[in-house]
Amino acid sequence: MTLTINNKKIKFKSGQTILEVATANGFAIPTLCYHSDLKVQANCRLCVVEIEGHDHLETACSTLALEGMKIITDSPRIREARRLNLELIFSEHEEKCVDCLRRFDCDLLKYAREYQANISRFTDRKKKRKTYCFSKAVEIDGGQCIDCKACLEACQTVQKINYLEIRGSGVDQEIVPTEDRDRACIYCGQCTLYCPAASAQEQSAVAAVEAALADKQKIVIAQFAPSLSISLREEFSSLNSENCEGKIKSALKQLGFDYVFDTGFGTDIASMLAAEELLKRLKDKQAVFPLITSSCPAWISYVEFYHPELLPHLSTIRSPHIQSAGMIKTYWAKKNNLNPRNIVLVSIGPCTAEKHESIRPELFVNGRPLLDQVLTIRELVFLIKKNRLDFSKLPKNDSADLFNGSGAAVIYGTPGGIMESVLHTATALSGAQKKNKISNNRLEFKTVRGLTGFKEAVVNLQGKRWRVGVVNGIANIEYVLPHLKKYHYLEVRSCPDACVGGGGQVIPTTKEIKKKRMAELYRIGKKRSIRWASENKAMLAYYNWVKEHKLEKKLLYTKFKRI
Amino acid sequence: MPKKLRKKNKRRNILELITEAGLVGRGGASFPVAKKWKLVKEALKTRKVAYIVVNGAEGEPGVEKDAYILKNYPEEVINGVYLANQFLGNQKIKKIYFFLNHSYWEKYLVQLQKVLSQRKYQSLAKKIIFTAKSKDLLYISGEETALLNYLEGRKIEPRLKPPYPTEQGLFNAPTLVNNVETFHDVSLVGRGKFDDKRFYSINGAVRQRGVFRLPATLTIEDVLRQTDNIPDFPFFVQVGGEAAGEVLNSDQLERPIEDAGAITVYDLEHTDKNKLLSHWLNFFAAQSCGNCVTCREGTYRLAELVKQKNHDQKVFTDLLTNLAESSFCALGRSLPFTIKSYYINILKKKI
Repeated sequence: MTLTINNKKIKFKSGQTILEVATANGFAIPTLCYHSDLKVQANCRLCVVEIEGHDHLETACSTLALEGMKIITDSPRIREARRLNLELIFSEHEEKCVDCLRRFDCDLLKYAREYQANISRFTDRKKKRKTYCFSKAVEIDGGQCIDCKACLEACQTVQKINYLEIRGSGVDQEIVPTEDRDRACIYCGQCTLYCPAASAQEQSAVAAVEAALADKQKIVIAQFAPSLSISLREEFSSLNSENCEGKIKSALKQLGFDYVFDTGFGTDIASMLAAEELLKRLKDKQAVFPLITSSCPAWISYVEFYHPELLPHLSTIRSPHIQSAGMIKTYWAKKNNLNPRNIVLVSIGPCTAEKHESIRPELFVNGRPLLDQVLTIRELVFLIKKNRLDFSKLPKNDSADLFNGSGAAVIYGTPGGIMESVLHTATALSGAQKKNKISNNRLEFKTVRGLTGFKEAVVNLQGKRWRVGVVNGIANIEYVLPHLKKYHYLEVRSCPDACVGGGGQVIPTTKEIKKKRMAELYRIGKKRSIRWASENKAMLAYYNWVKEHKLEKKLLYTKFKRI
Repeated sequence: MPKKLRKKNKRRNILELITEAGLVGRGGASFPVAKKWKLVKEALKTRKVAYIVVNGAEGEPGVEKDAYILKNYPEEVINGVYLANQFLGNQKIKKIYFFLNHSYWEKYLVQLQKVLSQRKYQSLAKKIIFTAKSKDLLYISGEETALLNYLEGRKIEPRLKPPYPTEQGLFNAPTLVNNVETFHDVSLVGRGKFDDKRFYSINGAVRQRGVFRLPATLTIEDVLRQTDNIPDFPFFVQVGGEAAGEVLNSDQLERPIEDAGAITVYDLEHTDKNKLLSHWLNFFAAQSCGNCVTCREGTYRLAELVKQKNHDQKVFTDLLTNLAESSFCALGRSLPFTIKSYYINILKKKI
């Protein structure tokens, strides 16, 4: 099928929208409310184009391409409509550019420049709107919201949490948290991943981190998730992931962090403990099945609120970045004669729920939180850009740290990554290493009942067959709950495609981009000098130290409670 | 019509009869009725369930024909729905929704139910759900996809089309949405009594306000004359509703009336320009559903703008043009139609 765009003949497939055809052929069309993974909204009216024979403009995002269509994507008439719609959008968006996390990547400003929109033609209408804060994790700033409804789609359709709602009509329309007391935010931050206007976003810890960095009395330490290198590679293009990791360390040092750690170390502790816990349960005839992973803090919030009856199923092991934080503030601090009270520990990862997790009192050690601040990847990118660090030219910091994580820790951020790491370690621990399939091959999962968000496999451990499953995205949990009894071990990840699509990931995050991230994580995971958690000697040394000092309860395990 | 022919008509397919009569929807968009019915029937080939919705929202100010029809011809309306139900298949039609304006909801409900108590409508009556369009429901709730959203308990705003309701309407099932007057006309066609007349609401500065049934081909002037409503003072009219209707001067009356059949007469010398503009703009700003930025902000900014003494006419014009160019639905696009026709035809000003 063919049509013309700006007088150029173009082939397309039936079912494609004008926007898809145009983008695939290099015609740039501005969009704000559009996201390739979400239902088309067509409410920002920026992607308007001319179609011959139509008496008004049409939105490219919502109009199907048809045989013989003659489309114009840029003309004075189109530019005028886009300019006006931008000016109207800006009248709803209070410019808080000075410390806005999206400042360096703001689409609104980019288009305002492109279409010479007068961003203050109309007075800011929403200045008095409330900001809704959800724990320490996520916020919806009503004063910046442009009513595109991407966050609603994320909360209602993608996650099926239905915590955000739209209320009112016309200019009184507002995105608000529900008043339904049977619903709660799980802090997954998917809304923040899709918001084009920095209205739904993480509650920023940037100012607090900057203050700590400026404080000469404090030892400021960063620990970052191994998947960061993949995401920063997208932000600062033309880098390979291997170089990127070294550059992140340099960047953090230049920003003023005194020490930099790999959160992967904590991931290895978690894998090791999870493997032990799994083996113990498999031996115990009275044990509760399935055992369900507890590494995902949004999943924990979900269980506590929506399904407290599942609490006995949850693994009692602290999540990876809490594990490494515990190590740094006790074992490492002691070895280096540092007072943990002088340490400001900052965890950086693709997650907004970890911000909430960091203030959970049950994870405190000696009455204080282990993690002093949690930054999303976006907040780190903001710090790098704000401090004008030329990331691609930064030296590679290859300082061989003692506290690195294994390759298994690298793939932990992918759906199924926990399962793979834990099962491998469990196999190693049960001594069946060489003969067992799992130790050498990737797990063979199959998709269940056509659900892309759930897959299962049967594994051999200790001479028996066990059924395991991976829930990819919290929306899929409802399908799995009625069949729980079938399984022995379940991995649950709240964000679609796990941490690779985490609420704190870089923007844009799309299905295509996530696929690339996963492939890249698997590639560099294999290249790590330590492949599996069970081979991480530094981790094993730390584990022994904890056992010697009988600090297991304090540092390694946790309890969950009904909310 | 001779009795013989009427009998023959009865045996003929209702769709053929509607096609032959050239029936168009009376809700305002004038969509061919036969085409709509055919689309639903087509969609039902692969689907098990469908819905019928009787649209009596009548949100357009100045249009009161649905109320008039329900008062005077409830049996025709029910019979029209009956024919649709028969045509699409009694087994497949799960529910039939009557969406009626709050102002006459209670008044005519008893009458409708009385008709439904007849034996003929027994199976039909079981499926019918009456819903009132309450006072605070938006103007746009009369738009068929916004109406479907309302019936589903979702936010009242128009849906993206395609998919059209005929294919994926209420609860995703094929849905036939027709106006009260349309069902009335269908019934007449079925009885062989259709005479290509339609209902006209006449309002404003006239002697004979009310609803009149006259030939559909009449010009505005014909309608005013035949109802003894040609004013003896300088006047102008708004045709098609007091919100979304086109404004014409007294020299422009030689044209037929399209969309919703309504004429409102204004006294040229005693109508305050600013008051009228504010009235229209405030109405649209208050009734905008909020979905798209063009209409949500555009109507609000226009209403704010005319409150200022010397407003920037360029911004005013720009916003109007933009509404026509890039609004999501016909509501946003109709405001500039009203305002611009008023400027050009009455104020004789360029805009």
